[in-house]
Amino acid sequence: MPDHPFLLEAKGLSRHFGNNIAVNDVSFSIKQGEVLGFLGPNGAGKSTTMKMLSGNLAPDKGQILINGIDLLDKPAEAKACIGYLPETPPLYKEQTVSEFLRFCAKLNNIPKKQRITAVDNAIERCGLSDVSQRLIGHLSKGFQQRVGIAQAIIHEPAVVILDEPTSGLDPIQIREIRQLIREIANQHSVILSTHILPEVDMLCDRVQIISEGQLLFIDTIETLHEYMQSSALLLRFDTEISVQQLNAIDHILQSERLADNTYRVTFAPQHDPTQAILSKSLVEQWQLTMLMPEKHSMEDVFMKILREER
Amino acid sequence: MLTISQNELQRLFLSPLAWIILALSQLLLAYLFLTHMDYFNALQGKMSAIPGAPGVTELIAMPLLSNTGMICLLITPLLTMRTIAEERRNENLPLLISAPISIYKIVIGKFIGTLSFFLCLIVMTLLMVMSITLGSSLDWLQVLSGTLGLVLLVASFSVIGIYLSSLFKQPTVAAISSFALLFLLWIIDWASTNAAEFTLLSWLSLLRHFQPMVQGQMNSQDVAYFLIIIFAFLLLTIRRLDRERLD
Repeated sequence: MPDHPFLLEAKGLSRHFGNNIAVNDVSFSIKQGEVLGFLGPNGAGKSTTMKMLSGNLAPDKGQILINGIDLLDKPAEAKACIGYLPETPPLYKEQTVSEFLRFCAKLNNIPKKQRITAVDNAIERCGLSDVSQRLIGHLSKGFQQRVGIAQAIIHEPAVVILDEPTSGLDPIQIREIRQLIREIANQHSVILSTHILPEVDMLCDRVQIISEGQLLFIDTIETLHEYMQSSALLLRFDTEISVQQLNAIDHILQSERLADNTYRVTFAPQHDPTQAILSKSLVEQWQLTMLMPEKHSMEDVFMKILREER
Repeated sequence: MLTISQNELQRLFLSPLAWIILALSQLLLAYLFLTHMDYFNALQGKMSAIPGAPGVTELIAMPLLSNTGMICLLITPLLTMRTIAEERRNENLPLLISAPISIYKIVIGKFIGTLSFFLCLIVMTLLMVMSITLGSSLDWLQVLSGTLGLVLLVASFSVIGIYLSSLFKQPTVAAISSFALLFLLWIIDWASTNAAEFTLLSWLSLLRHFQPMVQGQMNSQDVAYFLIIIFAFLLLTIRRLDRERLD
């Protein structure tokens, strides 16, 4: 494998549909072994970007380099380095799983000798061994999705592009597909698009948030977690305490009563008052029964980033 | 390229469509074959007296090949609508487009796949024609010229059907429009009243170029016409699919 710093690099991608700008000047890159999450609400331009990366749609402007090969100049060579699973998995429902995968192996120019191994590998890695002789049309949606993933990894591509791989599945299937994606990520770089925040949290090393065709946020998952870090604690006591008493504790900016003996206190991000609260309640014998940092849900963070950008 | 045609053919035979088409067209052709045979038997007595009268090849084999051409015209839209329009509707095209294979190979692959199916049908018709040799003898060169004509005709049908299939998303729309265009090209020379006259309309007619070959005349003009049709529509289809990435 040539030593390019980035396996996939997109520079200044733009794409219009009529007067609508679907994707506007989007640039990003992915390194070896990385899982990049593409996050955004529906209609934000995720699928359009994925289609451009896989060569299904030509960008109006910009450049896509895969393994250092320009996708627009040498499409065949560049496409050999990517595996793509569109939103609707492209499957021939009248074929059996192994027939279909054998066709995909041939389509991806896998030499005859390695074809059987490649098909067997893909079947095994995607957990399709039990259904390999069944017709694809008869399989459940979760299994069809697995066949779609198998199709994308059969030629051992450097980068696997998955467009909303868990949409339309039931919770158990979602969990299984996520597990599968995590296993795939051990051997390939993965670009994953989704509108589900926890999915990004579970699977990705880096996140990009896209909205209305523009990239709003590119950073590691840790930074996203910092966004999620809240500056509030939830407290519950067995005894009656006034809001003023809590306010008197160091670093607490504001406190409010939520229920009978439950309070929410906010503090400045760098000054965690937990220790102060603990020692104070010991001294005052306040019978503390609950102390919990309040965490923002990913949804809150998402909205926050969107708001900040506007 | 061959991978695609193989897959195309395999999927065709996995569906009942291919078998039903083959079975029913065989049934129709067998009936027509017997009708021609009957006709020949009725005329045989009178004709034996006339020197240079038409023989079995002219009266049975060649009409049967013409009939096959007509039946293929009816079948083509049903087959070609599957090639691109139905794949597009099922959102299967990205599989082919994101594979490291160029568009022209995809199109030619699909064309070869469809043509191979028709070759099966033609071979089965020829077997019927050959059964005549059990009781009589055939003019093999004329059969050969007719068969070549039929292959070229069917290839033109397929390529026109595939092009129209690449234009639409709904398979039925693709099928109806291919049928309309093929039928138009079949009958377009009815407008020219004088059969010997050479006009633009008669030049466009598929039938007008097919008929001489069935009669045993191999004109380079006719062969060129079919080849032009095949190349032109293949190019149009490739361009159409290539442009799809742009809009």
